[in-house]
Amino acid sequence: MMRFLLLFSRQGKLRLQKWFTPISEREKKKIIRDMTSMVLARQPRSCNFLHWKDLKIIYKRYASLYFCLAVDNQENELLALEVIHRYVELLDKYFGNVCELDIIFNFEKAYFILDEFLIGGEIQETSKQVVNRCIESSDMLQETMEEYMSKPAF
Amino acid sequence: MIRAIRSARTQCEERGVIQRECAAIRAQFRQVDNGGARSHNLAKLLYVHMLGYPAHFGQMECVRMIASPRYSEKRVGYLGAMMLLDEKQDASLLITNSIKNDLAHSNQYVQSLALCTLACMGSAEMCRDLAPEIDRLLRASNSYIKKKAALCAVHIVRKVHDLGELFAPAARSLLAEKNHGQLILTFSVCYNVFVPCVSQTVPDLVQIMKGLVISGYSPEHDVAGISDPFLQVRILRLLRILGRHNETASDAMNDLLAQVATNTDSTKTVGNAVLYETVLTVLDIKSESGLRVLAVNILGRFLLNNDRNIRYIAMTSLQRIVGTDHNAVQRHRGTIVDCLKDQDASVKRRALELSLALVSASNIRTMMKELLLFLSSCPPELRAQAASGIFHAAERYAPSQRWHIDTILHVLTTAGGDVRDETVPNLIQLITNTSELHCYTVHKLYRALLTDISQPSLVQVACWCIGEYGDLLLKGECQETEPSQVTEDDALDALETVLQSHMSSPATRGFALTATMKLSTRITENVDRIRSIVSIYGSCMDVELQQRAVEYNALFRKYDHMRAAVLERMPVIEKNSSGHTNGETAGDAVKEIQPAAVKQTGPLLPQQPANQVHPPTVPVYEKDGVSLTLICEKTSDSGMTVTLTASNSTDSDISVFTLQAAVPKSVQLHMKAPSGDFLPARGAAKVTQMVALNNPNKVNLKMRIRISYNTSQGSAYQDTVQIDSFPGL
Repeated sequence: MMRFLLLFSRQGKLRLQKWFTPISEREKKKIIRDMTSMVLARQPRSCNFLHWKDLKIIYKRYASLYFCLAVDNQENELLALEVIHRYVELLDKYFGNVCELDIIFNFEKAYFILDEFLIGGEIQETSKQVVNRCIESSDMLQETMEEYMSKPAF
Repeated sequence: MIRAIRSARTQCEERGVIQRECAAIRAQFRQVDNGGARSHNLAKLLYVHMLGYPAHFGQMECVRMIASPRYSEKRVGYLGAMMLLDEKQDASLLITNSIKNDLAHSNQYVQSLALCTLACMGSAEMCRDLAPEIDRLLRASNSYIKKKAALCAVHIVRKVHDLGELFAPAARSLLAEKNHGQLILTFSVCYNVFVPCVSQTVPDLVQIMKGLVISGYSPEHDVAGISDPFLQVRILRLLRILGRHNETASDAMNDLLAQVATNTDSTKTVGNAVLYETVLTVLDIKSESGLRVLAVNILGRFLLNNDRNIRYIAMTSLQRIVGTDHNAVQRHRGTIVDCLKDQDASVKRRALELSLALVSASNIRTMMKELLLFLSSCPPELRAQAASGIFHAAERYAPSQRWHIDTILHVLTTAGGDVRDETVPNLIQLITNTSELHCYTVHKLYRALLTDISQPSLVQVACWCIGEYGDLLLKGECQETEPSQVTEDDALDALETVLQSHMSSPATRGFALTATMKLSTRITENVDRIRSIVSIYGSCMDVELQQRAVEYNALFRKYDHMRAAVLERMPVIEKNSSGHTNGETAGDAVKEIQPAAVKQTGPLLPQQPANQVHPPTVPVYEKDGVSLTLICEKTSDSGMTVTLTASNSTDSDISVFTLQAAVPKSVQLHMKAPSGDFLPARGAAKVTQMVALNNPNKVNLKMRIRISYNTSQGSAYQDTVQIDSFPGL
């Protein structure tokens, strides 16, 4: 089971945080600090896996963003790398050639996509098309509802 | 707004912008309804929260927005709930009702929002309340919802274990699904929760897996040529759990695992992921030996891979089986040892652990060379672990004593600061045990001391050895190393440097001082120099050193005749004997010299507070009007205090009343000063004397007391009484 997913830039600014277990605010802040310092201190071509307390940390760098995923000790690390890659692909498909700015300015969309892909620390849907279709339908629903609500009632 | 925040150049400016925005947001929240701006405001707030600023005033707004009928607001509201609320907040209870309503909503996306939030941050109470709803949704026909409901169920069961039975029937029906998306869900559910009810389905699982591996290209689920690796890994994991202690299940899986292992393409990470999972499964279940060999071979191939990640996980897996399949792992020892030189810290750590596990009697010399090389270049956080691992290995497989001592010395010189404290006494004990190498050891240590006095453990051991075996050092010749002439002055110089160096800790200085003192019996000419050194430290600021120096001075002055006996060679120390490490025994010997019979030196155990229960007073001697009573109190595990009280019931006074005591050989005795020596007539006053006894060997305690006094007529009187049993013991 995955414990949390963090996205942060090379300067250590947090771009996305998703927690799959209940943790207090102070703990969250501490974990974010630890993660950023640990991952940013790594050499460029070193192993993608770290050990932290009793969790495994898998991180991958895409352009200027670090994707950091924490999993239980029994999980398959290589598969976690694939999970990260799959999420990046989903973002790419949705935003079209995604870059960090897209995630900064549309962070709620990034969250929605993540919620379609992972729930409660587990993978929800393995097919890219299905996930994309769901997101598109949700967006469509939102727009039509907006239009519907904003139209004056007859 | 985001642009505004990003354009703020300094932290201060940013804070200002954010505060203004927050104020605006708060004002807008207080307004009852302002159209579509509410979701925007909440989104802004969430961004601010992500930057790390406090955002709890948004919680109530989240609750309100979740309850609103508009989809966009619901979306952002739920997102806010997941980010701002957690189990412990009270506001989370308020959304339970909203979630319930939304779960019954007609629109599947609304339902999915609710499910997602529940799975993410549902507390135990919420889970209990909403479990029946989730169960209903599990049986619904909509596959999209079923997926989410299943994962929600997983979360619920993780939180509240007894609800597992509630979901069991629904889960079984999920197994029949053909849809990939469903399947992956099912398996997540299954292996997390319902393992017992799924055990009959192993053949089905095998079938599904085969289908995945052999089947053609499925563009939806394909990742770099492997069809649906996520699902494959899940199935493998489930198979592992099912086959763990189950022979029949394992048999059914053998073929499949072999097929997967051989057919999976391992050029990309995905393929390796599947292979890795397969290997783990094979190693965990009761597989046949051919399959295990295949698995270990795959791991060997991983080890040779250029990709660091693969090597890392190969070593992790090998670590798991090194206990059971030791020989198989030994074959790859060379590669593992090479990984020690890798630049990556994680890989190094794994390689170190695995290397230490692989050390055996046959390869100890080569491995030790590699490990020592590693120690000199390893990162600081691994040093302590490496040093202690090397010590363990050396202890278990040392081919010869000399090699053992050499190795330990090498470790101390390279990583002396990181070794644990008990290495010093262990090393000392080892050295005393190898009597034929004393000369060699002391020469080597002396030379090491001359080159470098910064490593505390090394310096301590070196000082101790020089003190003990100083005469061997000064003799000059030694068969095992080149002879070098060491004069008494040189030795004393070395010790003095240690004493005066600012790098020496107080414990090290203590060692050096004791060593200097011991040398006073081993050398002949510079005794005065030693006396002067010792007396300088008599006024040292450090209390421990000062005490030692004063005691040693006393040894020079008053008890010079005993000096040789006190400072002679230490006997061979047994392992785990308490209180006999370091040269402290020499110092304590001075304290124990008493007029009463003392048979052995040793530190007195610390006095614990005496029991509050009043021990009984036992009369032990009654003659001619003089009576002696005894009160016994246990003060520690092997120590006690005996109080002797004497009184005089005759009509005449008694003077010069003294008591002397003797105890068996292994018991230590310490008589405190009596309260007086005059016993007035008719019991007008008593004389008490306290005796402290220490019985570490727990022998049968007996005490012989000699009473002597002068009567008022002037005649001397003496008597002896033996006490065989001590009450209150």
